[in-house]
Amino acid sequence: MTAPALARTRFTELSARERTIALLDPGSFRELIGPFERLESPHLEPQGVVPACDDGVVVARGELDGERAVVLAVEGLFQGGGIGEVSGAKMAGALELALRDAERGHPVYPVLLLETGGIRLQEANLGLLAIAEIHAAIVALRSHVPVVGVVAGMVGCFGGMAIAAGLCSHVIMTREGRLGLNGPQVIEQEAGVAELDSEDRRLVWETIGGEQRVATGMADALVEDEVGAIAGAVRTAFDAGPPVVHRSSQVERYEARLAGMDPLDQLDGPALRALWRDDGGGR
Amino acid sequence: MSRGRTWFEALAGATFDGEPASVLCADGSVRGERARFLTVVPDPEARFPRARSGELGLEEGWALARRVREVVAADDDRGDRRALIAIVDVPGQPYGCREELLGLHLALAAAVDAYATARLAGHPVVALVVGQAISGAFLAHGMQANRILALDDSGVAVQVMSKRSTARVTRRSVEELDEIAKEVPATAYDVTSFSRLGALHRLIDGVDAAEPDAEDVETVRDALAEAIASARHDGSIDLSGRLASPEARQHRDASLRVRKRLAEEWSR
Amino acid sequence: METLTFDYPASQPVSRRAHVGVVGSGDLEVLLERSLDQQAHITVRTSADGFGEIWEAVLDRFFARNDLAAVVRINDSGATPGTVALRLAQAVEESQL
Repeated sequence: MTAPALARTRFTELSARERTIALLDPGSFRELIGPFERLESPHLEPQGVVPACDDGVVVARGELDGERAVVLAVEGLFQGGGIGEVSGAKMAGALELALRDAERGHPVYPVLLLETGGIRLQEANLGLLAIAEIHAAIVALRSHVPVVGVVAGMVGCFGGMAIAAGLCSHVIMTREGRLGLNGPQVIEQEAGVAELDSEDRRLVWETIGGEQRVATGMADALVEDEVGAIAGAVRTAFDAGPPVVHRSSQVERYEARLAGMDPLDQLDGPALRALWRDDGGGR
Repeated sequence: MSRGRTWFEALAGATFDGEPASVLCADGSVRGERARFLTVVPDPEARFPRARSGELGLEEGWALARRVREVVAADDDRGDRRALIAIVDVPGQPYGCREELLGLHLALAAAVDAYATARLAGHPVVALVVGQAISGAFLAHGMQANRILALDDSGVAVQVMSKRSTARVTRRSVEELDEIAKEVPATAYDVTSFSRLGALHRLIDGVDAAEPDAEDVETVRDALAEAIASARHDGSIDLSGRLASPEARQHRDASLRVRKRLAEEWSR
Repeated sequence: METLTFDYPASQPVSRRAHVGVVGSGDLEVLLERSLDQQAHITVRTSADGFGEIWEAVLDRFFARNDLAAVVRINDSGATPGTVALRLAQAVEESQL
């Protein structure tokens, strides 16, 4: 595919590996623990679940505008992008190595492509432990380099990995992307359809979709679902440098926001945008 | 009374009267070591209706973050960094449209951020699991600790989702899940299975987790003191110790193999 | 889940290894590498039980038309025979680039 044609390709139509290749400077992609090493989950076959040779996460070194980078991409189509022992270790381990490099004065720019439902239920507490290690690594690393997260869709980013997104220095979303702790179906199951009709697409996206998240300051950039746009947004995020105060550290601001509203009032996406726009909206 | 509150009041030697009422906070000590005790408890009067049964919701996430950051700021120019004791008994996070709209994921990230920041600044963070430790709530309150302790009790469980919900999502019966839990201990909920994964510093037995007597409290206090001392002594401010235990070498060996391979392939 | 194996005599070497597809619902991934002997060795792990004969038919046809001394690993999540054939063809194409 020619470069211009690739630039116009829908990011959401690409696999995790293809997204990673498309994001990095051409020719710079170098995968670590690639598919042929077949480092897969040891826990799936015993449960009768077919494993993936890369356990659903791609880790690749490469460059972004000539700068050293590492991309961690979750394959949302494999087990809903659920994080297990191996996939979680790939992410945490890569972030830990990036931290080591940063501490030695050789920063590597980290990008997380997040298509994930959170913890892979079939691996439960191993996924939980791995995600805690991902969280720890993001917090340590982001004081050295910005940690950039991309939530493009169509799986979105949920669970413990939504918490990881909340820890990132910059979050880039498309309109198709969704970012929330509990997925719509889980909320409907647990709290009933009156609480949230998971089939009501407009409501779901108005609540946790990319446009809503950016408008209420919970994500930084809303971009088109296009390789070129997302690749550009990632580079722009690194150029901008880290935020003065990370979103997850803005305690006073968010406590004030929550205190300044009545939790029993009817509140929807548009109403929240209006409410929070008045206090400065984004960052 | 919630186990979190029981243990908080016993260990901190205090009750809590502040806001929000669901996040108990007290400064005390553990065998002479300054410590701040934190726990999340049910509050039937909580402002957010879906977080009244002890869930770690919006207010709880940001409040925990505030309470932890107060300590980091206060001790910033002191020689010694006080310990943070996260007493864990959380049934999970609230399920609600409003919660998601208002950024529940970010509220939990705030708590993760604060605890991790405290640990990186040299504060020993110790988690004491006295009841349930579920999913996002445990990630936010406890999982960033230098040391995790748990009471060996049938009411103590570490899990990511209720059995019923897991069955529904994975399209298996509860009986099938129980069978799988025998093969894959990571999916079992009991604390003994969790301890096999190597992340627990100590499984404290012989203690009444629900209604501790004075001796039980002293036993736990001793364990907390040892955990704090251990964290200070090795000086490690990251979570790498979890993978160094013999249990981890056995039951999280894939995690170690991945890291080894990544390190080998990192530079070329 | 089932694991199925198939072997075919083969003579043409594989130029480069190939990996196509994703283990997603209705899809499969195929890893193709060179075989050390004059055979094609295929291992299929499939989430859909009871389709051994269909796999045999698809693979018989494919390897009758493609003489490739390859080790092929398939992780399948319920793909149709048509998708299987497509991914195999893509893998062969990639191995000849």
